[in-house]
Amino acid sequence: MEILVCVKRVPDTSENEITVNRDGTDIEREDLVYSVNEWDNYAVEEAIRLRDTGGGSVTVVSLGPEETEEVIRREMAMGADKGIHLMDPVFEGSDGRGVAAALKAEVEKGNYDLVLTGAQADDGAGQVGGMLAAMLQWPFAALVNHIEMSGDGILKIGREIAGGNQEFSEIRLPCVLSIQTGINEPRYVGIRGIRKVASLEIPVHGTAELGIPPEAVGEVGAKVKRIDYFVPQLGDGAEILEGSQEEIIDKLIELLKSKGGIK
Amino acid sequence: MEKRKLFGGGEFLITEVAPEHIFVPEEMTQEHQMIYDAAMDFVKKEIQPNLDRIEEKDEAYARSLFRTAGELGLNGTDVPEAYGGEGMDKISTCLVTEAVATAAGASFAVAHGAHTGIGTLPIVYFGNEDQKKRYLSKLAAGEWIAAYCLTEPNAGSDALNAQTTAVLSEDGTHYLLNGEKIYITNGAWADLFIVYAKVDGEKFTGFIVERTFPGVSHGPEEKKMGIKGSSTTPIIFKDCQVPVENVLFEVGQGHKIAFNVLNIGRYKLGASVVGGCKLAVTEAAKYATLREQFGKKICSFGMIKNKLADMSIKTYIAESMVYRMAAALDDILSARTEEEVQDPAANARTIEEYAVECSIAKIFGSETLDFCADELVQIYGGNGYTAEYPVERMYRDARINRIFEGTNEINRLLIAATLFRRAMKGRLALLEAVEQVQEMLNRGAPEPQKTPDSGPLALQDHYLKAGKKIFLLAAGIAANQLMMALEQEQEVVALLADMVMEIYAMESGLLRAQKVLKKKDGTTADYHAAAVKVYINDTLPGILNRAKQVVAFVEKKDQLPRLYGAIDTLAGYQPMDTIPLRRFIADKVIKGKKYPF
Repeated sequence: MEILVCVKRVPDTSENEITVNRDGTDIEREDLVYSVNEWDNYAVEEAIRLRDTGGGSVTVVSLGPEETEEVIRREMAMGADKGIHLMDPVFEGSDGRGVAAALKAEVEKGNYDLVLTGAQADDGAGQVGGMLAAMLQWPFAALVNHIEMSGDGILKIGREIAGGNQEFSEIRLPCVLSIQTGINEPRYVGIRGIRKVASLEIPVHGTAELGIPPEAVGEVGAKVKRIDYFVPQLGDGAEILEGSQEEIIDKLIELLKSKGGIK
Repeated sequence: MEKRKLFGGGEFLITEVAPEHIFVPEEMTQEHQMIYDAAMDFVKKEIQPNLDRIEEKDEAYARSLFRTAGELGLNGTDVPEAYGGEGMDKISTCLVTEAVATAAGASFAVAHGAHTGIGTLPIVYFGNEDQKKRYLSKLAAGEWIAAYCLTEPNAGSDALNAQTTAVLSEDGTHYLLNGEKIYITNGAWADLFIVYAKVDGEKFTGFIVERTFPGVSHGPEEKKMGIKGSSTTPIIFKDCQVPVENVLFEVGQGHKIAFNVLNIGRYKLGASVVGGCKLAVTEAAKYATLREQFGKKICSFGMIKNKLADMSIKTYIAESMVYRMAAALDDILSARTEEEVQDPAANARTIEEYAVECSIAKIFGSETLDFCADELVQIYGGNGYTAEYPVERMYRDARINRIFEGTNEINRLLIAATLFRRAMKGRLALLEAVEQVQEMLNRGAPEPQKTPDSGPLALQDHYLKAGKKIFLLAAGIAANQLMMALEQEQEVVALLADMVMEIYAMESGLLRAQKVLKKKDGTTADYHAAAVKVYINDTLPGILNRAKQVVAFVEKKDQLPRLYGAIDTLAGYQPMDTIPLRRFIADKVIKGKKYPF
């Protein structure tokens, strides 16, 4: 099976505290540490496992500026076979639809049976997977936490539903799946893997290579525009617990007990 | 990348080193960064959440950590690929070492450091082909754990005073080892021991001893102050049969293995403590931005800012010197021919070259970590003194670093002894440099130095050069007056060693900041420059003071005013206002809640 996994470089929420910048135009980006979006990492792991059992190859694609290459290479060190970097100055300011349009063009350049995305990104709106499927006119399933081959050209996929229950569906290939965390335990990157991919060429594709009009992407092509960032006012009945992690935990337990939430 | 320059050990004291000659952490490749991230990923998921379990000396868990580390290649950065390792450069080794120590408990870092460093490296550098093939892949994989058995009840700092004996069997097939080693890291867990014993009562020799050889046992676990999760036991050899094939290098050459492997162990310890220091800064910043007193976050108070800044600045210097050192070691090791790589004697010579710098990295790093851990507890206040918070453990775990791998006192003696020995042999042109300074003095009082006003770090550059001259002046006078008796005057030796260390520290920081200044944008470079300005401002007076103490001890009283005057004139030291610089750095620490460089 030829699998393409769409990954994104995002601010690492375990390393940074995300705050709104002074003019409220964006989050504060100075000194941010970035990493691969957690959901995407699960998707890559799942793709590697599918390849290892059923054969084929795993390609990782990511859209973003020069630094995006780091996460592509990281996922290759983890075990993906190839990487593709979508980079073009006109991509800047794309909305979800713009990103999906670029990915669609990339998918059509290849011969993929399956496209995986993370269920959402730490800094995203969870749109790209679904839009990409729609543009490709491929079937789509979201929040997938289980994948297995089920006969020729059909996957059996699972999703957690309310009450911790599990639902299974069948989906015909080619398709797009958005992957939920917990579907597997992503492997660590080892030094051997890092060295293997250290000097591999990662092709860069811009609008010209993808054959899409520049005005379809970027700020010009965006139909959804972010207009403001702010910290919400403390509303009635809301309380923000302060102190160290331990202190907050203690206060929270007390509160839950007093309100009958726990015994 | 610019071509770095290969310097001899200790040469920094008598020559001008330019920024392009050294490596700085900002020059890490993408591969280096990925290796660091991979190791940190392991630490965050395997070590940090399981610190309590590790603290209980859970052997099964420790073994599983070693094996996972082995799968990821974290045990084998120094082991050549041909023997199952990764064969990486020393910068990568340092990055892995630093990352593994970036946890709020150093037990696994110490166990891992002993295994990959002093446990494995004797075979890498001094083993023969057969020994490398037999052992290295198991050690790199983490299948086997290694330990290093040098210390004995009566041979601690005086390691060559070992009482353990090795007697060749009558049929000449094996040695019988008898004796007891103590304070052996990984003692209860190790599958392989590097053991030193005397053949025929005098020939100090290294042996590779497997756990399963008859006659090996370990004693009870030590009840330690810190690193409680690591195993530390005596190892007892009772008629222990070691095949002659397991003699490491040659009979009577054990001291070359022991001391050179310790050299490597020392610079690696320097890297390890940088991990602890960076974590201390992070933890301090997090707590200071949470804790409120007098209705304000304590990070808004000047004295707390001062602590955050000082912890960061000292860590910056330690980090600068360790990675400078690692790259220099890489350069000198890469310059070996293929034959030399296989030749233990050549390896011993190569590693010995940077003995002084390795000791400096060890002393400076371990003292910086203790400083940081201490200030971390102080910022936590009463909370920091309770075991409820992780900083109490960090404080206890840090303390061992000033003791093992050669106490900091022994390392100070080594710095001075190595330099003087090389000077006497003409290997390092120290005497010539001393003469130049003395000639300058003989021509009369030195001219007041014109304080340079051009260039962003010109003043600090001047102070560094002055520091070197002042060291040469003091060292020259001490050597002239005391001659061979200098070695007996340990206080003087320590003063000189501290000057050498501080010169290397100032230079490593200054060259790094200068390099960053050339390459990076304004603000980033400003932080580097601020760190170096504060560090040199605070350090130079200590150098002047030490030089004067040396002179006061060895010279006649009537000479002192002239010499003190010469020292002051050479330095031309003017204190600067460092409060804004410290606040500038502290504010970045507070904003990012982490080490700011």
